[in-house]
Amino acid sequence: MAVDRSRLPSPGPDPPFHFPQVVRHMLGNGLKVRTVEHPGVPVVTFVMQINGGLGADPAGREGLASLTADMVDEGTGMLSAIDISDALARIGAEHDVEVGADATMFTLTTLTRFAGRGARLLSDMLTAPSMRASDFERVRQLRLDRLRQLKDLPPAVAERAFLQLLYPSHPYGHLAIGSDASLRALKLDAAVRFHKATFLPGRATLVVAGALSHGDLLAAAEDAFGGWRGEERVLDAPSAAADVNPKPNSSPHLAIIPRDGAAQSELRIGHLSARRDTPDYAPLLTMNAILGGQFVSRLNLKLREEKAFTYGVRTGFDWRRGLGPFSAQTSVHTAATAESIADTLQEMSALRGTRPATAQEMSFAQASLTRGYPRNFETAQQVARSVAQLALFDLPDSYFEEFVPKVNAVTIDEVTRVAQTYLDPSRAIALVVGDRNATEESLSTLGLGELHVLPPS
Amino acid sequence: MSTAIELPHAKRTLANGLDVIVHEDRRVPIVAVNLWYHVGSKNERLGRTGFAHLFEHLMFEGSEHHNGGFFMPMQQAGALLNGSTNSDRTNYWEVVPTSALELALWMESDRMGYLLPALTRERFETQRDVVLNERRQNYENRPYGMALMALSAALFPPDHPYHWLTIGAVEDLRAMEFEDVRAFFRTYYHPANASLALAGDIDTAHAFELAEKYFGEIPAGETPERVEAEASLPREIRLVLEDRVELPRVYMAWHSPAMFADGDAESDLLADLLANGKTSRLYRSLVYDTRIAVDVSAYQHSREIGSFFLLASTAAPGRSLTEIAAMIDERIQRLADEGPVDEEMERGLAQAEAHFMYRLQTVGGFGGKSDQLNAYNVFLGDPDFFAGDLGRYRAATRESVRAAARTHLAFDRRVLLSIVPRGQAALALPGSEPVAVS
Repeated sequence: MAVDRSRLPSPGPDPPFHFPQVVRHMLGNGLKVRTVEHPGVPVVTFVMQINGGLGADPAGREGLASLTADMVDEGTGMLSAIDISDALARIGAEHDVEVGADATMFTLTTLTRFAGRGARLLSDMLTAPSMRASDFERVRQLRLDRLRQLKDLPPAVAERAFLQLLYPSHPYGHLAIGSDASLRALKLDAAVRFHKATFLPGRATLVVAGALSHGDLLAAAEDAFGGWRGEERVLDAPSAAADVNPKPNSSPHLAIIPRDGAAQSELRIGHLSARRDTPDYAPLLTMNAILGGQFVSRLNLKLREEKAFTYGVRTGFDWRRGLGPFSAQTSVHTAATAESIADTLQEMSALRGTRPATAQEMSFAQASLTRGYPRNFETAQQVARSVAQLALFDLPDSYFEEFVPKVNAVTIDEVTRVAQTYLDPSRAIALVVGDRNATEESLSTLGLGELHVLPPS
Repeated sequence: MSTAIELPHAKRTLANGLDVIVHEDRRVPIVAVNLWYHVGSKNERLGRTGFAHLFEHLMFEGSEHHNGGFFMPMQQAGALLNGSTNSDRTNYWEVVPTSALELALWMESDRMGYLLPALTRERFETQRDVVLNERRQNYENRPYGMALMALSAALFPPDHPYHWLTIGAVEDLRAMEFEDVRAFFRTYYHPANASLALAGDIDTAHAFELAEKYFGEIPAGETPERVEAEASLPREIRLVLEDRVELPRVYMAWHSPAMFADGDAESDLLADLLANGKTSRLYRSLVYDTRIAVDVSAYQHSREIGSFFLLASTAAPGRSLTEIAAMIDERIQRLADEGPVDEEMERGLAQAEAHFMYRLQTVGGFGGKSDQLNAYNVFLGDPDFFAGDLGRYRAATRESVRAAARTHLAFDRRVLLSIVPRGQAALALPGSEPVAVS
């Protein structure tokens, strides 16, 4: 059986795949529960998503949502932080917390034979944390120390400053961890109040996915969370950051945070662009894939494969319920700083009309977005997190089934239209974390106006 | 109560020496193609470091019959793909829709059999610059990013291949000759030095047929000589490195048993009970109770011809590395004297068993089932070691873990590295010698 090496084998039609069936339930206390059967490996994942993320931080108290979330595994009932850690380890559980812009997501994965124990442990932590002052002080101090260490990490420095430039005076304009000043101002009672106002069954969705029946998955949820009661009256429920309209932006277009002698420049280039509920979601994903969302995108081929300025460049949308940014992120050799920014802006611009997507780029982008889609549903944790996204963004349970046909229906004209609507190089902010002396002169030739020098943090 | 944990598979060796391993898992219509070459930076020599990894980059630039980027056709078929190089092996993997399996095999076999005609000096030089940027991004421009370089150089003598990191030295990368690529390819990139694992939505018999079809025609090469080297430390070595960091950190490194050797699993369990989670002995002492440190970590870096055990802890503001090191030593001494308690053993085993189960969830990618089958096959000559691997952890006892602590974590045979803010060498452990890395 000799191989024909004169051409590549063309893949056959996509194999059929049935996306997980999501069953909706509502507990008596108002907690929304989603169950998904995921047979195979005896593993179960619980995802508790609570409405209220970093966008719920009050002004001047940035970091509150994240610090509160961090307190839940610091003690509950008779259990200390050490006891909780021990209990999690004894069922081999993996546990983590992710504080997003609009919601906070707690994930616990364990073996199915420990499903009940895992669920009850998660419930005890989330619904009845001890919130002791000594634990609070320790956790807060560790976060202050962490912030101090982040000053040396160029991606973190860039991320933080870029959010401030994108969202001046807006609840989205900070990292989940907050700032030195805001963390120092936080008191235990603020966390206690935030927990009371936010961690309520009516503000939460629990997704349970694993190698059990819907009935057993629901029973584990019901047994652990059925008795959860929130406060009767909540006076200060966090407002939704998504509803706050960002002000017209007067931020500079070109800014640098000096890092003398840095080996590379860390770059962020972009602007506020779209909300997750945009009807143009599928064309925007396609546009992004072509511009910078994958290895063979226009930008990566230019900056990495053609010019070798970087180990890699990516563009992407930071999807939120409110208006979220579109940006390019990369780290480039210092000498290539200005040219990398110019190339990025030029590629953003070209896709708006002078060099629209080609038919080949389209079919490529669509295929890469859709043909591998089933592999996002291999593990219970992948499934549970995907279903939590549906709840976060009010998407229908049929979303997974519709994704592939919707992306495949996108046309070149639509990509050009959404590029014109959602991409605007003239509004873009270019932020550099790098060597000022080595880059200042070339940056001034970019035509982006004055170079604003920002403080280190 | 423990669950049976298995990874069923079949193995055949083609006439040209290529090992083929197949595992069926029909839950999702995808197949993982995972190809290991038994070559890494340990096959390099001093002055020529970084070659194996740079070569991995070249494998994505095109081969004779597909003279263009590897990513384009693969991503168009819906594949997720990547590759990586470490000291002992280089791996390449694709996770493809079942319908694109032959495309992946065609392309993998083309770059195994026919790489050199497509390789140009220009592609070589571009990828060398990309690698220099990778090094800047992941090592030079990252806080504490040069620690492993300094530690490896101190743990292993210059003629030992673990003396350098896989990323290589800048001057070596710059001095590389295009001509060296050919010899490297011929020596290491051929069927007898490779192992192919296919896992996922595929029939075993059909998988072997396809492997024969695409790889069977590639000529056998000679199995490279096994790299042997010894290393030991005659004393405690203390080093200091100034870096762009806010808080000083101390690293402690010891030689430890090679991957899968006696004591390797115990060293892994030791790392867990010392520094994994808030219950661990060092986290509890350093970060929770006394709060003299902001973090602590421990890891058994298992490698083919000799491992190292690494502990690291960062000082809380105003606290000294000396008090941290003293407390770590005290806790290690206690562990070496008394061994772990039953609760610690139970907890360690529960975590190990759960993690073995979690590893059965994905067919491909780094650490997926296909990658594990190849790891066992390449390092042990037999892919059938999944249950045996877990068995090593089940067999560990309080006494064997205590013995590992006593034998491998000796205070008079280790490297202590202090990384301190620039201009503050005085914050290092007493008696530390400045070390230069670039």
